[in-house]
Order: sequence, then C-alpha cells, then structure tokens
Amino acid sequence: MYAVEVIDVARRFGPVQALAGIDLAVGEGEFFGLLGPNGAGKTTLISILAGLTRADRGSARILGHDVIADFRAARRNLGVVPQELVFDPFFSVRETLEFQAGYFGLRNQRAWIDEILHHLDLTSKANANMRSLSGGMKRRVLVGQALVHKPPVIVLDEPTAGVDVELRQSLWGFIRKLNRDGHTIILTTHYLEEAEALCGRIAMLKAGRVVALDSTQNLLSRFAGITCRLVADRVPASWRARVVREDGGIFHIGLESYGELEQLLASLRAESIAIVELAIEETDLEQVFLKIMRNPETVVSA
Amino acid sequence: MNAVIGHGWVTLLYKELLRFWKVSFQTIAAPILTALLYLLIFSHVLEGRVSVYDGRVTYSEFLVPGLVMMSVLQNSFANSSSSLIQSKITGNLIFVLLPPLSALDLFAAYVLGAMVRGIVVGAGVFAVTLFFAPTLLAMPHPLWALAFALLGSAILAILGLLAGMTADKFDQLAAFQNFIIVPLTFLSGVFYSIHSLPPFWQALSHGNPFFYMIDGFRYGFFGVSDISPAVSLAIVAAAAVAVGALTLKLLATGWKLRT
Repeated sequence: MYAVEVIDVARRFGPVQALAGIDLAVGEGEFFGLLGPNGAGKTTLISILAGLTRADRGSARILGHDVIADFRAARRNLGVVPQELVFDPFFSVRETLEFQAGYFGLRNQRAWIDEILHHLDLTSKANANMRSLSGGMKRRVLVGQALVHKPPVIVLDEPTAGVDVELRQSLWGFIRKLNRDGHTIILTTHYLEEAEALCGRIAMLKAGRVVALDSTQNLLSRFAGITCRLVADRVPASWRARVVREDGGIFHIGLESYGELEQLLASLRAESIAIVELAIEETDLEQVFLKIMRNPETVVSA
Repeated sequence: MNAVIGHGWVTLLYKELLRFWKVSFQTIAAPILTALLYLLIFSHVLEGRVSVYDGRVTYSEFLVPGLVMMSVLQNSFANSSSSLIQSKITGNLIFVLLPPLSALDLFAAYVLGAMVRGIVVGAGVFAVTLFFAPTLLAMPHPLWALAFALLGSAILAILGLLAGMTADKFDQLAAFQNFIIVPLTFLSGVFYSIHSLPPFWQALSHGNPFFYMIDGFRYGFFGVSDISPAVSLAIVAAAAVAVGALTLKLLATGWKLRT
C-alpha cells in the first residue's frame, strides 16, 4: 500500500488550470520532495490530500483511504503543516495543541504534548499566548499541531520559509527523526539544498503537471556534469546554446566533462574574449531544477 | 491511538465556550450593561404612559422579557458569526478543517457554543433587570419561556454560522448584523406590543420571524400574548428546522469553507 496515492488529479480555479492531471505514488516511510516554482500547483495538491480543496477529477488516497469517501480515516492518517503562519490569538500554546488533539478525538494527551513541546523547544512557552510568540515559534507550534495525533503521513508545505538557520537545522533534525521512526514525509520547499539533503525522491511540478519524478540521486546524475561560471563581455558564438543561465555579464555554461573545459577555453582564446572571472561548480539540485523548469519539453521519470 | 467517538465536536464546543469566556467583559458583561441601559432609559420615559395588555402589566415588566430575548438572540448570532469570520480571515479555520470533523460536528459545536453565550447573556440580563420588575419571578409558564429562548437562540446561532460562512470580510458581516439582525429584533415588539401599532405595521410585524420568538417568550412570563404560543412555537420550530437544514447542507458541501 502507498502512503499517498494520487491518480489523475486535476483542478481548475477559474481560468487557471492549477493541476492538469497528476499521478503520484509515495511509498510508506519515504522522505519525498515536491518541488516547483510558485503557482506550479504544490499547495493545491496538498490541499486536495488534506480535504481542503476538491479535485475536479481523479482521486487521492492516504494509506488506502480515499480523501473524500473515507475522509475520517484519511485525515486521521495525515498531518499537515500549512504554509501560512496561522494561529488562534485567543489561546496558549498548550491549549492550541490540546484542542488539536481533541478535534481528532484524542483525550489525555498531556504526556505526548509535553514530548512535542520538548522536541520543538517550546516547553518554556507552553503557557504563553500564541500572539506573544515569534514567527519561528509559531511555525514550530504549527508543526506540533500537525503531529499531535501521531499521523503516519506528514506533509510540510514550506515549513522553513522565513525561519532562521539554527531553527531550520533543529527542525530538520526532528523531522528526520520522525522519518527514521517510520513516518512518511512529504515536503515542499524553495530551499533546494534542503530538498537535496533530505529527500530520497523528488517530484517536480510545473504548471500543474509532474515534469520530473525520480530519486534525488538519479536526478542529479542524469543531469550530471559541471557548470562553468564565466564573467566576460560575451560568450563564443559556438557556445551560445550551452548557456544555462545569464545574469548581466555572468554566464553559466553547462559542461559534460572537464574535457570540455579545454575546448571552451580554446574558443575563448580564438575569439579573443578576455576572461574576467572563471569558476567551476558541480551540478546541484538547483541546476537540475532550473534545467527542467526552463525546458518546456522536458519530462523526466524513473 | 484510540479516538473517542464524539470527542472531536465536544472539544470544538469547549473551544468555542472558552473563546468567549476569555473575553467575557466584551461578550457577556457589555451586552448585559447595554440591556440595563435600555431598561433604565425606556422605563424612565415610558413607565405609566404606555398601557400594555389592557393595563395588567407595567411597562417595565413588559420590557424586561423583551430585552432578555433580544439579548439572547443578538448574542447567539454574534458568537457563531464572529467566531467563524475571525477564523476564516486569520486562516486558523484550517485547524478545524484538517481533523476528521463532519459537517454535523462543526454545526453542533458552533451552534451549541453560540446558544450557550446567548442564554448566559439572557440569564444575566434577567438577573440584573429583575430588580426593576420583581413580580416577573413568578412566571406562570417557565417552560414555554425556556422553549422559546432555546429555539430562538438556536435560530440566531445558525444564522450567525450562515452569515460567518457567507461573509468574506468583517464589513459584510457587520452589514448583515446592523441592517438585518438589529432592525428585525428592534421591530419585533421588544419595546412595544404590536397591538399599539397601526394595522398596516401590525400586519407587517407578523412577517417578522423574530416577533414570534419574543411574543412566545413573553407568554411564559404573563400567560398573555399577541399570538397563541402554540402557533408561535410551530412557526419558530419550522424556521429552526429550515435554516438548520440549509446550513447543514452547505456545510456538507464545504461551501465557502473548502475550495
């Protein structure tokens, strides 16, 4: 059985086709990344899994439970950390977590809530009103709320947006531990180095479609190679097509191997282009992401 | 972990109660004071000048049940509507949309929470105004009064839920409250018996659903009413079922709450 299964899910909002038929299956225990530019449909997809949005067609299941027909079981198995920093200003941190457990029908969760507070470094704030918390603390309470019913599947929608480095590290430590304990994690993030470090498998969405779906390793090696970062007033004509990114006089040129670097240098010399600066970078997920997103034809799958 | 059946909506009800209790100066004490001011001013001006039920009832005695019921109605509406719109606008409504709470769970929690606020404020108004009309304590039909208070608060709690779902901004909700709920309560015979009105306005008042709630409620205190209490009860109960069914149906489709 899959932790999350999405079959041909489509959703349109007025003129915008937010999702144009998505198929995805995430296995139990995976750490799965959902990447894509703003407006690619990541949050819409998560909302459909959570029952916040209905799909126009297709179906979605959490551990085999349909999110509409069997919504109680589906929601009980799913914890969602929403993207927006929302909170109820009437209540304290502990009340917020107790209510959330109660909504799932759970009573007497004090010990587990204490444990969550401890892991999220919120123990000293347990009785503080939500309003008095910093943004990072509110974010951690949202994570706590998603975990309070011990869901086997946890979805985090950009959990580290606007969170400082130290907190990000401790948050990831905690999420990694949950994953080791058997929880399935689905993550969306704009920090691609985070996705690269954490996710075993990645789906990239673009304009409501899956344009890449593979293990992080395969994605990296498929686009393996090096990038030459060149600062110069122009690029040799024969290398124009190889420029993957250009900002001002900075050209990022994709190379298959170090052997190609010699050819590039020869071309520069032949056309008498002065090198202001030159650096070599290994491929990272960000470059893979940019390559896939820039090429309208690319569809990569395992 | 073992979920306890029914604990979900009970928790939401408890949250709703705690929400208004934490700001009880604003949600309980303030409306009681407002009702008391109405009583002081209107009875000062009108006591002895207005004859009600052929002079069997003083104006203060007549006014108190009207003020009690008006407070019940307005506060029931205010509670569910403001709770929902605040949750919608701040975005924390997601906390009750993510758990496995059904439409009926949400309905029961929001409506009962709002009814409790309405009844508590109404009881408070009754307690402080009793001083000005002590004879009211010897009410001949307390169960009739209770039935109308419960049904009236339920209807307004449901309307509040509906208004909270419908409104996208505080402004729209305030318009609903100030242009519909307040005029209907004020013009329902809180401050006067509709028999004192010209025939046209009397007939028009019969089209105001709030009139039946207040008239029936008064029957509990005086054993006298403009309309037979059984008829009023039937009308009010039918209205409760109608708005309840509509709201439950909208909740079940996720209208304006789930996209």
